[in-house]
Amino acid sequence: MFFENVGKIISKYGSMLMSGLGYTMLIALTGTIIGLIIGILTGIVRTVPLSKNKALYYLQKTVNALIAVYVEIFRGTPMMVQAMVIFWGYAFMNGGQTLPLIPAGIFIVSINTGAYMAEIVRGGIISIDKGQFEGAYSIGMTHWQAMIHVIIPQVLRNILPSVSNEFVINIKDTSVLNVIGVMELYYMAGKIQVMTYHIFETYLIICVMYFIMTYSITRILRFCEKKLSGNASYRICGSQSDPNAEITVQEVK
Amino acid sequence: MEENLFETETVIELSHLEKRFGENEVLKDINLTVKRGEVISVIGSSGSGKSTMLRCINLLEIPTGGKIYFEGKDIEDKDVKLTDYRTKVGMVFQQFNLFNNMTALDNCVRPQTVVLGRPRDEAEAIARGFIEKVGMSAYVNAKPAQLSGGQKQRIAIARALSMNPDVILFDEPTSALDPEMVGEVLDVMKNLASSGYTMIVVTHEMGFAREVSDRVIFMDGGYIVEEGAPEKIFSNPEQERTKEFLSRVL
Repeated sequence: MFFENVGKIISKYGSMLMSGLGYTMLIALTGTIIGLIIGILTGIVRTVPLSKNKALYYLQKTVNALIAVYVEIFRGTPMMVQAMVIFWGYAFMNGGQTLPLIPAGIFIVSINTGAYMAEIVRGGIISIDKGQFEGAYSIGMTHWQAMIHVIIPQVLRNILPSVSNEFVINIKDTSVLNVIGVMELYYMAGKIQVMTYHIFETYLIICVMYFIMTYSITRILRFCEKKLSGNASYRICGSQSDPNAEITVQEVK
Repeated sequence: MEENLFETETVIELSHLEKRFGENEVLKDINLTVKRGEVISVIGSSGSGKSTMLRCINLLEIPTGGKIYFEGKDIEDKDVKLTDYRTKVGMVFQQFNLFNNMTALDNCVRPQTVVLGRPRDEAEAIARGFIEKVGMSAYVNAKPAQLSGGQKQRIAIARALSMNPDVILFDEPTSALDPEMVGEVLDVMKNLASSGYTMIVVTHEMGFAREVSDRVIFMDGGYIVEEGAPEKIFSNPEQERTKEFLSRVL
């Protein structure tokens, strides 16, 4: 009975499930990337040394305050509610015309993730040794140049675990977008369930699908982390006396 | 005549320089003139303001009073761009501050391409030249984490040199090094001194101060207490405070 139902759902509604899975991945992935970009930009802006020029000083203070408000509001309210407010708020102000669903979903996930990323990136920047900034400034780099060439590459490496965590959370949390009718995996399950009345089987199937997604993403990103940080032990092979001998770094297994 | 003019040209002048951190007055009234090609050692006990003075010179700390002139121009003038000024005043730190995400070569190349806008191959040729000068050619592809302290500091010196600065500031360049690595860095610095670089060196290496510098400055409590030729400061100091300090360190 159970296996029969599962088989039936998969064979009959498999394409719906796969399309839902596709949208879930699309929204989660783009949302995480755009969120990360928001996080990096706010991180750079928030760490600009305060200007001595009075007008610039107050502009900086205002921008920083706005970023803080953005972070607090989007971290402090549920994404499901944000989705409703943004989606129907737009319709309210545009005479009932609604946003296209997938872009709306991506927008909501991005802006929500951005608020978390802003804090993750800020923490990443703070954790970089002050000497890295001083080295960059002392050589004549601007704040922007120091960030792009020296700080952010190191920050990205350090925050990769938190970023993959956000990605996994987003894969699961896109399910709340069903409230505005985005055709992601959870929304599709709702449709199928209504048509088949096999509620348990349907949700069990997407449960497994969610887990496969999050588990493989976790594994892939863990692999990337390992690649980025390199081996803990290594041996330098080179020559002090022969200037033409290139040094190589041998990893010790 | 022209050569004479060149030798006596003032590069940096500090005038009544003051720096306070809140209530704490670190620099009280610093007056100093640095001529082109001069090697100046700054000595004194911890907390005397040596490092702060150096950090004020390239504005890593903003002075709270007084003026700094670079080639006769007030560096806090509106038409002096801070980043341009900093490219002319190199800095070598106690903690090296090499960029951890770049190889030794890139540490010396990237600042040139990014800040000075030099083409990559020209920058690389310049960088390799200076890396060879500090005896680190074999390590161009190593990341900072793979180098010893002395090696890092030599790359940091090559990085500063690659920008072709008019002055190089050394902030206790050997204080974070193992004793056996101090020598290799001091050798590089001696080499630079004899090649005519203008250097201001905050140091605890009295041997270096005595042998290599043209002028020694003794700082205490935020003031320059005594300055003069190394023989005079080391053999025949005038101030009581200088004598006391030297008797403890020599």
